[in-house]
Amino acid sequence: MNEITAPTGKVIVCDGNEAAAWGACLSRPDMVAVYPITPQSSLVEYLAQFIADGRMDADLMDVEGEHTVLSVLHGAVLAGARTYSATSAQGLAFMFEPYFRTPGLRLPMVVSLVTRDAVSPTCVWGGQQDAMTVKEVGWIHMYCETQQEILDTIPIAYKVAEHPDVMLPVNVNHDGNYLSYGVARVELPEQSVVDAFLGEKQVNWHACLDPERPMAVDPLTGGAGGVGPSMFVKYRKGLCSGMQTALQVIEDAHADWGKRTGRYWSPLIEEYRMEDAEVALVTIGSMTGAAKDAVDEARADGKKVGLVKIKTFRPFPAARIAQALSKVKAIGVVDRSVNFGWNCGPAFQEVLAALYAHQTARIPMMSFIGGLAGADITVEHFAQVVRRTFRLAGGEAAAGPVWLNEND
Amino acid sequence: MSLRNVPDNMCPIATEYTTMLTGDWRALRPIVDRDRCVKCATCWLYCPVQCVVEKAAWFDFNYDYCKGCGICAEECPHGAIKMVEEAEG
Repeated sequence: MNEITAPTGKVIVCDGNEAAAWGACLSRPDMVAVYPITPQSSLVEYLAQFIADGRMDADLMDVEGEHTVLSVLHGAVLAGARTYSATSAQGLAFMFEPYFRTPGLRLPMVVSLVTRDAVSPTCVWGGQQDAMTVKEVGWIHMYCETQQEILDTIPIAYKVAEHPDVMLPVNVNHDGNYLSYGVARVELPEQSVVDAFLGEKQVNWHACLDPERPMAVDPLTGGAGGVGPSMFVKYRKGLCSGMQTALQVIEDAHADWGKRTGRYWSPLIEEYRMEDAEVALVTIGSMTGAAKDAVDEARADGKKVGLVKIKTFRPFPAARIAQALSKVKAIGVVDRSVNFGWNCGPAFQEVLAALYAHQTARIPMMSFIGGLAGADITVEHFAQVVRRTFRLAGGEAAAGPVWLNEND
Repeated sequence: MSLRNVPDNMCPIATEYTTMLTGDWRALRPIVDRDRCVKCATCWLYCPVQCVVEKAAWFDFNYDYCKGCGICAEECPHGAIKMVEEAEG
């Protein structure tokens, strides 16, 4: 969904970090805890400004590091608050210990990951290595293509996180530099629209701290001397179940948002010119814009190529992706990060597994890795991907990964 | 949503007080020789889990929590504490 719609709210011009801050502001969190890190820093500044200006009625905790950011938010959610934060790369790494605890405690919260390549070599530029590295922890991960999608996805993320059958934290991811600093036209929904969409706040009904109802949160479970591992297994199964339920909840939340705002974002995957496609590209995040232009150019040359954009990466919409790609002759998956040990991109690996799990036909696939360390993935790079994927469809052997910016 | 409706597999919360006895995993048990003990409190000072119990004329141990680490026996300046196999104790 890229076309400009008739505005129903105020139109502003802002970068992706400001769009995220607006998305958070409109969702009315009670508490935000933040620590600045490139390329997320200006997002923190916007939040602080909103609170200082009285636009946002939230407590701001400016703490000494990301580990504390998430730890204090745990306390706030347990006390019944809606919370928000944002981080990137090494900050996320420093947040990792409480990050692991969040989904296990089924704490609904929204944290923006302004995605960035992870050191070393030292790099403060865009890339998705940070988010891809933590995809197995139990957080829901959604990736945004545009500034407008960032803003809209944050209220949607709260709706998903706080759904009684989900109760999981959500990362709303937007590409560092491209989206965080790129400026675009963004439509600001009316506060009343977001209020009606989110409904009455009942953030944390399952473990809400209350002196009248004493409880110990996260007591020691399992172990050979106690009840055994079955209790631990029970909670792990519960988390898995919440993740799978989220697939439908994410679709419903996007549909509801679309009805209220006129902006229908593809909840799990977006299919672009896939109706008669012979080969398909798979993309994530902001690179999708350039990829769509390359698809349009190839179509103008009579080449039947389509594109599948992954919006929701966790839970992975395996069945939907397999269905969307079931009729093509070759697939080129473009990643902005690396899957160490598989010598490919992470999305490539996921799509490969999805196809194996959901269909018998074996479709040739190739992994392309581009945009590392903030490098540009241009329309010309995608034209190369299209050409190479057509050669794959024509019977040429798959080789990869292809490193798109190797000679740039 | 009330607490009554919380699914059983939602998240680990304890609403009843239960304890885990660290003494359950003890392999060696400290035994005090009351004739040697002068109640100097060295064992009391060094016990990492504070399970030394004061008696009228000597110190003893709370075996519910004593893990049998043996620090008390090592530190006792009078050799009044010896560690014995739990099965023998």
